Amino acid sequence: MRRSVLTMALVVLVTVFSSPFSWSAETIKVGFDIPLTGDIPQVGESSKYAAEMLKEQINGAGGVSVGDKTYQLEFIYEDNESKAESATAAALKLITQDQVLAVIGPQASKQAVPAGEICNSFKTPMISPWSTNPQTTLDRPYVFRACFLDPFQGPVAANFVTQEFGAKKAAVLYDIASDYPKGLAEYFKAAFEKIHGPGSVVAFETFTTKDRDFSAQLTNIVKSGADILFLPQYYDEVPLVVKQAQELGWKKPIMGSDSWGSAELMKLCGEACYGYFFSTHYAAAGAEGATKEFIDQYNSKYGYVPDDVAALTWDATRLLLDAIKNTNGLTGNIEKDRDAIKDQLGKIKDFEGITGKMTFTPEGDPTKCAVIVKISDKGEFEFFKSVCP
Amino acid sequence: MRRFVPHLLYALLCLLILVAVESNLLNAYLQLIIMFMGVNIILSTSLNLVNGYMGEFSVGHAGFMAVGAYITSVLNVWLFTSDRVFGAAVLPPSSVLYLFPVTLLMGGIGAALVGLLVAVPSFKTRGDYLAIITLAVNYIVKSSIENIQGIGGARGFMGMRSVVNAMQAIADIPWIMIWVFAVTGLSVWIIYRFVNSTYGKGVVAIRDDEIAAEIMSVDTRRIKMTAFMLSSGLAGVAGGLFAHILGYINPGTFTIMKSTEIMVMVYLGGMGSLSGSVLSAIGFTVILELFRPLQVAKWVVIPLLLILLMLFRPEGLLGNRELTDVFPRLRRMLAPQGRRA
Amino acid sequence: MWCRQWEVVLNFEMLIQNLLNALQWGSFYALIALGYTLVYGVLLLINFAHGDIFMVGAYIGFFLATLFLGQYAFALPFALPPPMIFVVTLLLTMVLTAFAGVTLERVAYRPLRRKGANRLYVVITALMCGLILENGNLALLGASRRNFPQLLSNTVYSIGEITFSDVKILVILTTIGVFLLLEAIVRKTKLGMAMRAISYDRMAVPLMGIPVDTVIVFTFALGSAMAALAGVLFATAYPVLEPYMGALVGWKAFIAAVIGGIGEIRGAFAGGFLLGFVEIFVAAFFPSTLRDLIAFSILLVFLSIRPTGIFGVARATKI
Repeated sequence: MRRSVLTMALVVLVTVFSSPFSWSAETIKVGFDIPLTGDIPQVGESSKYAAEMLKEQINGAGGVSVGDKTYQLEFIYEDNESKAESATAAALKLITQDQVLAVIGPQASKQAVPAGEICNSFKTPMISPWSTNPQTTLDRPYVFRACFLDPFQGPVAANFVTQEFGAKKAAVLYDIASDYPKGLAEYFKAAFEKIHGPGSVVAFETFTTKDRDFSAQLTNIVKSGADILFLPQYYDEVPLVVKQAQELGWKKPIMGSDSWGSAELMKLCGEACYGYFFSTHYAAAGAEGATKEFIDQYNSKYGYVPDDVAALTWDATRLLLDAIKNTNGLTGNIEKDRDAIKDQLGKIKDFEGITGKMTFTPEGDPTKCAVIVKISDKGEFEFFKSVCP
Repeated sequence: MRRFVPHLLYALLCLLILVAVESNLLNAYLQLIIMFMGVNIILSTSLNLVNGYMGEFSVGHAGFMAVGAYITSVLNVWLFTSDRVFGAAVLPPSSVLYLFPVTLLMGGIGAALVGLLVAVPSFKTRGDYLAIITLAVNYIVKSSIENIQGIGGARGFMGMRSVVNAMQAIADIPWIMIWVFAVTGLSVWIIYRFVNSTYGKGVVAIRDDEIAAEIMSVDTRRIKMTAFMLSSGLAGVAGGLFAHILGYINPGTFTIMKSTEIMVMVYLGGMGSLSGSVLSAIGFTVILELFRPLQVAKWVVIPLLLILLMLFRPEGLLGNRELTDVFPRLRRMLAPQGRRA
Repeated sequence: MWCRQWEVVLNFEMLIQNLLNALQWGSFYALIALGYTLVYGVLLLINFAHGDIFMVGAYIGFFLATLFLGQYAFALPFALPPPMIFVVTLLLTMVLTAFAGVTLERVAYRPLRRKGANRLYVVITALMCGLILENGNLALLGASRRNFPQLLSNTVYSIGEITFSDVKILVILTTIGVFLLLEAIVRKTKLGMAMRAISYDRMAVPLMGIPVDTVIVFTFALGSAMAALAGVLFATAYPVLEPYMGALVGWKAFIAAVIGGIGEIRGAFAGGFLLGFVEIFVAAFFPSTLRDLIAFSILLVFLSIRPTGIFGVARATKI
């Protein structure tokens, strides 16, 4: 009994201590902190598929050439389960155990904000493709993003509902436990009240993540006499809210935000969502040039039209690879390399992304246009109009 | 002198690990695992005090951890760093070095006071009802924190990294690891002394037969209160350390899942066995990391293993014996004062 | 903002509307709490895996409904109208989930009962079984959300300013019907009498020639069938399915069972509706984050004053 306990302990210790010593081949390691399980798995799937497509394309062409060496790409995917604490643990693991050069993700602001803190304090560059909350990059020199911000998106939505529906009173329903909906709801309210005067947001209702029944809040909203409902929520909550609102007699328009743009929204929502609008990063229908190539490639490989998460992840990863190429040579010392990559990211000008041209402000944010999309009566996402800063 | 052999051995082990860290033999990931082991040891030994030695069924240990984590973190960030939420640092950042144990202690005291919330109902109820009450306290703590928007509410609280950086600005050694080692050793020692004292005998008496103990002049109320407060206080201290290791806390970390993990460690090691809890805390931390490649299947395999354990060896690794009972020769070396109480 | 909301309280129609909302939401808690109460009454075991049986019921309902709608290669020779599919799915799901519950009992709880293991170990086993069910679902079926197909017409009626859909009415009426049915089973049938007997005195029952194992199997089957009913109705009202849907709802239903008095059927219903009321009315007037806090605080206060719950009976233990 004693001997077997000792041998078991020895085996365990050996396994633990041997796992971090990975053989270092000539690869560039990039970590992906994405929600493969949890509330929004479609977002994680889109990110992973887009990244895999890029990896195959580049590795198939011989790899990435930095300076005078060529490297193969190695992408490591960590599941953050759509939870903030798992996102920080995943970021820690990618940075310390897998020794990646940079981290792409997390996508949702609720995970991106804390993970950004970790990446910044460990001096590892991080690009969040989809997080629009300003706190992700605020005061963090190592954190960047590939999309527009909510202080821009809020007024876009407020202006649109005023122009399109003539709305004078608005209602908002949002998740107070998550950074993105809370931030965007507040920006929308500020922008709407600036146009129509204080008090024009007649219902500002909240719920918590994982709530299923919104009848109490929606009852308040229906009774408030608002002209539109602003719903900055993720694709798994939108169908529930929309259906319950309609069951409680809400017949007026509902405005969404970029979190609506997932490929699975219509599968879950169905007819209930026809005719609503939302603001997003790109519209697949009517795309041209490099964007169309990406859409066709993705569609033929995976069988459905890519959503904005996939397009933004594609752009973010290509941004990173450009920055790596611009360093003109990786030293092999991981700390120096991460610093060099971060410096190069800050210097990028007019990067040709499929979601628009990108130049980073000193804060690490690109200035980009938003697209308003309409959900047609066939359930497709139609381009409606484009709004640029 | 022989009485201090186990203490010296522990200090030697810690020193070895610190030297390995300084000479870059252990990378940041392994350091994290070692620090988590320390936190888990404190958690499982403190829960063992209530669930194992006293025979109660407390299911809400993560709630006390949350209280300690938040109190310590908020105090540290407010006092020692300039933060977006609280403004400039109130005290000079260099004083964090000797005031850190003070804030940890305050976190522990806060958690101990919340432990009173559980202790008082335990006078009248036992078994399943106490489980429900501890569960409710866990959720109440979590919900209360979610409603305090000033410290981030459900979105979490950050800023502990700056506290650690302030410590490292003074001397660039792994301070958090030093604190974890010191506090782990101290808490195991405290529990060991508690269990082997008259209080400990009272605790075991309550487990065996509460009514008989009351008749035999054991002040069950006082002992229950002390045991609950000590257990939750230590959990609070563990929470404070946990917050500074990770650098980010949110109420979602301290749910029933976390309480279940701590309970699993206690039952794995054996209820009523201090060395069992220590061993199982170390082992469980390692298992969690080893099974990571399984991803989702990890949380199918681990409960399955536990069910098998319940079926075939329900008393856990060591039952209610100590390591010195299993290896009698160790006793001569480590506990020369005679048989364990 | 708070003043305006108190004005709203006095609005009678909003009150009735929220009353309807609360009755519907509370019905789910009541149906799931029933399973907890039945099993506790008979086995003195808190079956922590029960919330996940609810989730299993919802998923089985989803697969059956999509099967009957012909969305898989196998299609029925005749096309059924959707409301008929709903009824067939409901009944079949209840039967299948009852099987699942009984299997759980056989595989996980009975071996421990035979060994005479400490109740604590059985409770831990229950917790672990719940985890296995949730994560097994996640591992097998993947993480993407499922959409429960719309089988009922979901027409919206309005009386004055109060709107409700036929699903809401269905849920409330079904729960009341189930309550009456169960009261009848427990008080009028022999099996029900056996269940009550076991909860009074476990040791004496086998001596009276009552097969304890059969009664326990029946209890689990009944509880799981009720959870399945709740699952299918829940999926009809809130059509997005996910593997962890049973976890939070299960814990809340457990609280409802305890408040009502665990071991009493009337208690499960009372507790379920009470919790539903508390949650809906709190969300109507306060920020929704206070919902959990108030619900659990009420539980704590209630248990301190009356530990056995509303309808519960205090048990005397002999020394």
